[in-house]
Amino acid sequence: MSNNTRTVPGINVQSTADIAFLLLCYFLMTSTMDQQSGLQRRLPPMPQQGQEQQDTKVNRRNIIIVKINSQDRLFAGDQLMVVSQLKDKIKEFLTNPNNDPNLPEMEPTDIPGFGTHRVSKGIISLQNDRGTSYQAYIAVQNELLKAVNELRDEFSMAHFGRKFAFLSEERQEIVKKAIPQQISEAEPKDVAKK
Amino acid sequence: MASFKRSGKRDMPELGVSSDIVFMFLFFFMVTTQLRSTEVKVRVRLPEATEIAKLERKDLASYIYIGSPTLQYQNQYGTDARIQLNDSFKTIDDIRNFIAAERDAMSEADRQLMTVSIKADENVRMGIITDVKQELRRCSALKIMYAARKTGGQ
Repeated sequence: MSNNTRTVPGINVQSTADIAFLLLCYFLMTSTMDQQSGLQRRLPPMPQQGQEQQDTKVNRRNIIIVKINSQDRLFAGDQLMVVSQLKDKIKEFLTNPNNDPNLPEMEPTDIPGFGTHRVSKGIISLQNDRGTSYQAYIAVQNELLKAVNELRDEFSMAHFGRKFAFLSEERQEIVKKAIPQQISEAEPKDVAKK
Repeated sequence: MASFKRSGKRDMPELGVSSDIVFMFLFFFMVTTQLRSTEVKVRVRLPEATEIAKLERKDLASYIYIGSPTLQYQNQYGTDARIQLNDSFKTIDDIRNFIAAERDAMSEADRQLMTVSIKADENVRMGIITDVKQELRRCSALKIMYAARKTGGQ
């Protein structure tokens, strides 16, 4: 034991900056910052094995068939069109503004918390070929979503004075019920090779 | 008059502050980024879309990469579109095990929220995507996301 008062040796802090830099570089190299984003969809559940595939009878007028063939040509309701026309076609299909007997029925439904609203019974059936390019498929999916989103925005603006994204959750539920997103991705058909 | 005294020896002031800033940067990156878990062995250029939504829970997402192998794997696997799960090339039949494994790694409550993100190249054909979709339906992994990037401008 020495009598000298001992001072605690100063810790050299200079190197911590270097160490932190090193760690920083390591994390910069090994990590990604890209946003994970995309089109969210729900697949229909697979029909159970013994369960009869019940074809719910859907009135012909309530279905629009959107078909993309192997040459990426787009047909909507037996009509050849380009992708940019699809949105308006779908919007017209889903709203049926003039009560056209060839467009889907509008059924007045009671929505809790809102009242009755004419809810469209329209279903969009999306069919594609095995040879369709993914790009074209996504473009069409995007256009269908855009049509629904725009209708929801319009409904929200008219009844709540705000866009759909800025509504509270309960109101979003109401809008979702008023304008359902009924896109069915058809069962793949066995396309015979010719 | 008071005069400023000069102390005999002047040291450079210690530079202790800079390390705090660097540490701050470090924590920022640690929080905002996620570790790159897999090496992507297929060329994936995501298709463009405008109506995209952000993936809410990144930790609950599983990724399926579909595209043609990158150059270094081409002489081994050819140029046809292939499926990559985790770190290796797989076939449609492996999806079932992959989904099961991903499910097991999650807590009970989170399994419902699992999202399968399909990261496919814009040039692949729908045939392979349809197969993947059917297999996912069979595994009842129904929440899917077609990964896409935002189109620049309207």
